Amino acid sequence: MNRKPDYLAHAVLLLGVVIFIFPLWVAFAGATQSAAAINRGDISLIPRLAGLKIFITAFGFGNAAKGGVPVWHMLLVSLGMALVIAIGKIVISALSAFAIAFFRFPFRMIAFWLIFITLMLPVEVRIIPTYAVMSDFHLINSFTGLTMPLIASATATLLFRQVFLAIPDELVEAAKLDGAGPMRFFFDILLPVSAPNLAALFVILFVYGWNQYLWPLLVATNGKLDPIVLGIVQMITTDQIPQWNLVMAATILAIIPPVLVVVAMQRWFIGGLTEVDK
Amino acid sequence: MERRTLFAGWMLPAVLVAPQLAITVLFFLLPAWRAFGESVRATDAFGLNSSFVGLANFAELFQSSTYQAALVRTFVFCIAVTCLAMGFGLLLASFANRAIRGARVYRILLIWPYAIAPAIASVIFVFLLQPQIGLLTNLFGRLGLDFNYATHADQAFLLVIVIAAWKQVSYNFIFYLAGLQSVPRSVIEAATLDGARGFYRFRTMIFPLLAPTTFFLIIVNIVYAAFDTFALIFALTAGGPGTATETLVVKVYRDGILNLDIGGSAAQSIILMVIIIGLTTIQFRYTGKRAG
Amino acid sequence: MKRRLLIAAAPVTALAAATARAAAPVTITLWHAMAGALGQKLQATVDAFNKSQTAYQVDAVYKGTYPQVLTATIAAWRAGKAPSIAQVFDVGTADMLGAGRAVVDVYKLAAMTGVAIDPATYIPAVRGYYSLNDGKMGAAPFNSSTATMWINEDVFEKAGLDPKMSLATWDDVIKAARAIKARNAAPIPVMTSWPTWVHFEQFAAIHNVEYATLNDGFGGPKPTLKIDTAPFVKNLGTILSMQKEGLFKYQGRDGAPSPIFYAGKAGITFDSSSIYGQLKQSAKFKFNDTYLPYHPSIIKSPINSIIGGAAFWAMTAPDRTKPEYTAVAHFFNFISQPGNDSGWSEATGYIPVTTAGNALITKQGFYTANPGTNIAVEQLTRTQPTNFSRGIRLGGMPEVRVIIEEEWERAIQNNTPAKTALATAQHRAQAVINRFAQSIHA
Repeated sequence: MNRKPDYLAHAVLLLGVVIFIFPLWVAFAGATQSAAAINRGDISLIPRLAGLKIFITAFGFGNAAKGGVPVWHMLLVSLGMALVIAIGKIVISALSAFAIAFFRFPFRMIAFWLIFITLMLPVEVRIIPTYAVMSDFHLINSFTGLTMPLIASATATLLFRQVFLAIPDELVEAAKLDGAGPMRFFFDILLPVSAPNLAALFVILFVYGWNQYLWPLLVATNGKLDPIVLGIVQMITTDQIPQWNLVMAATILAIIPPVLVVVAMQRWFIGGLTEVDK
Repeated sequence: MERRTLFAGWMLPAVLVAPQLAITVLFFLLPAWRAFGESVRATDAFGLNSSFVGLANFAELFQSSTYQAALVRTFVFCIAVTCLAMGFGLLLASFANRAIRGARVYRILLIWPYAIAPAIASVIFVFLLQPQIGLLTNLFGRLGLDFNYATHADQAFLLVIVIAAWKQVSYNFIFYLAGLQSVPRSVIEAATLDGARGFYRFRTMIFPLLAPTTFFLIIVNIVYAAFDTFALIFALTAGGPGTATETLVVKVYRDGILNLDIGGSAAQSIILMVIIIGLTTIQFRYTGKRAG
Repeated sequence: MKRRLLIAAAPVTALAAATARAAAPVTITLWHAMAGALGQKLQATVDAFNKSQTAYQVDAVYKGTYPQVLTATIAAWRAGKAPSIAQVFDVGTADMLGAGRAVVDVYKLAAMTGVAIDPATYIPAVRGYYSLNDGKMGAAPFNSSTATMWINEDVFEKAGLDPKMSLATWDDVIKAARAIKARNAAPIPVMTSWPTWVHFEQFAAIHNVEYATLNDGFGGPKPTLKIDTAPFVKNLGTILSMQKEGLFKYQGRDGAPSPIFYAGKAGITFDSSSIYGQLKQSAKFKFNDTYLPYHPSIIKSPINSIIGGAAFWAMTAPDRTKPEYTAVAHFFNFISQPGNDSGWSEATGYIPVTTAGNALITKQGFYTANPGTNIAVEQLTRTQPTNFSRGIRLGGMPEVRVIIEEEWERAIQNNTPAKTALATAQHRAQAVINRFAQSIHA
């Protein structure tokens, strides 16, 4: 349609890109500068090449206020948390959505509504009573305590249910004619068919798990279970002068994994997400 | 909507829903029940003394000017964040959907902020706007603006809105882009003409087609602004200065965890639960109707 | 068959466990909030205790910030898993004393275990803070500090001021601040950390001003706050008018503002005496500290200030044995030995909490070698504590502190007069205290 470039579109989109990238760029450039320069208020927008090794140093950087657990350890906790939450949610939700969509069993609708109405509550809302229950079960300060309550979520169940309901009946009948039992149908047909949705969900849930802050703040009390997001916030909320260059380097490191997941799975992400989420 | 073709038996489905139900009972029903129980009692922090007080905790909340203020503040915050984030998301999506060079690259460069944690967004903005050393603070200072979110209530409130919206634009961008892609090409092309006339066409021809997406996003954005921004606000201002940035979620955390007000915070939890159940029911009814 | 075998084996294992227990030392857990260098020093103290005898073993665990330690302790107690010792910050004192059977007061611990813990060991300002109204001790004092006024001497010189000038009264402070502002010697002439602690609690103590009825809350759980009275209005009014003139710049709550002073951006700050270590390590300027300033219109000669910091509390648990309580008592005794007390103090910047520890530190010449470090103890001990300078004991005190800070911030923002701001603070904070009273009396 347009022969000449659409200058307006490029201008608006470029502006959007700059608004997103600028803060990150300042963080990146800041990381490469000396802590002393930053504390004087001299933050240059041009990264210091000699300062790039800070990104290596930062892996070993620990917050003394939290017992000095290093950044690499916090990154691992985050990774473990994000994976357990994403995979746990997908498995649990896919199974229950399968049961609800493909079977008629007593109290089916009650089960469905129970899951629906209760699990839509973000952890932020039920935080205090959940904490109390977790401490009754002695799950405070444990990896189980860190991840289990976050695996509870109706969103994924609802998404799977909607995807499963859209599967044509013919497909199910064909499988039945082939003599496939329900579980074989689930693994051989249902899961492959909903692969894009699965991928999209994985992205959402990985990011969700990686970005948790409030729950770990309560549950992880001795530093060894601190995920990176919590660790970084605590690096700046002390009554010591923050080592800004290291904190910014750690921030960049903390952003990379979820961004990689989003960008790498971008195609499925947009498709699968919008298909199921509406 | 229901399926016609089904599998037989009830043992297997019962086993399949069991884990989900177990987690529901353990991490939702039990806490919700406890919250309800605590909300009608006065209990000390250690749980040594507890007495039934009926709805006194709720009455106290609704009479408290700080709670009322937090309620209004949260409302304003949600509206502001939702409008900003959705407006920019739609603007960017409508341009990214044009047939221009590099559309794919733009798309990637506009969706990655989805991955940033709200708390991390705060940390980055603290670095930019730190009252003593921030790059932008110094810039503002040179322009004659005394920017200090630690002491200026209006600046702090504006700042948390901007950061919350900044982080959420890409989410809206993704959904609007997908929504636009399902709009027939001919309609889009007719509406991409530049100038006021083009905008008029966009408003009258395309935007109505995006209504379902818009509705869905309104709810999602409100829920995000009301609940998911705890970390963002807490890391930046912890609710201050004064109570300028204390939203309902920040308050429930402060009263429950820091101030050890068991009954009051439980009552607040119950109120939040009611609000969000209301919101999600509206959403589900609407989207459910669409699916059926 | 297999099961029977297991049953048969059970008594044997139990017996083995019992004998092992008899030989192994009694191990108790301590939860604390001492981060970084402080945590290392605390660990060293614990190690020393563990090596000093064979019967008891303390296992120290860092549990996060003060509020986190308190929350974790309460949650653990409710679950029957409280640590034997919890380090609780100053403002949690009323909560702990109101905790009934969750806590064993130190005087009861001494009676129960037969391990003497003599209150006279501690300096009066410290003893009073952690005592019940009748003088019996509730907690074992550990890390204590008080608020002092810190001077950036480089800024003073740049402003043409003598760093040793008298800063005894607020008028002196204003004079210095005007000079700093006029010469632009620092971006911030005067600032503060811990706004409520310094300018309300410490202010009330040194001016012998009532903070709350019932002996500042020591006499019962439902005192009436007095923070809207004339002296408080006068003090906050002074600071607010300094703020308007650009002499004072409010920088935030708690310890968050401290780094601004460390970075050399302020001429004067009010902070804990325990920042000495941090300054010595990182400050690129000459610094010193002095007594908190006073208003001659309120008091002719200021009296002792009060402490801040934290103390150790003995916690109960359903399965806690008497030897475990004995271990706690021995540990409390150990940390109050003059050598241990002075060692902790010299390494950290906290004050020695015992008279003997203070005498030892003086004899060793620490104060002369580190000028300024004596100010805190001198200020704390310059008079005998009165009913208004013993400490402040309010339920929900962390919240009361924040409410005052919130109203202070709002007053700066809206130009509210001090009187109005304090009337609102009084009203809001009283509601917190009443709620606390109701919950523990329920």
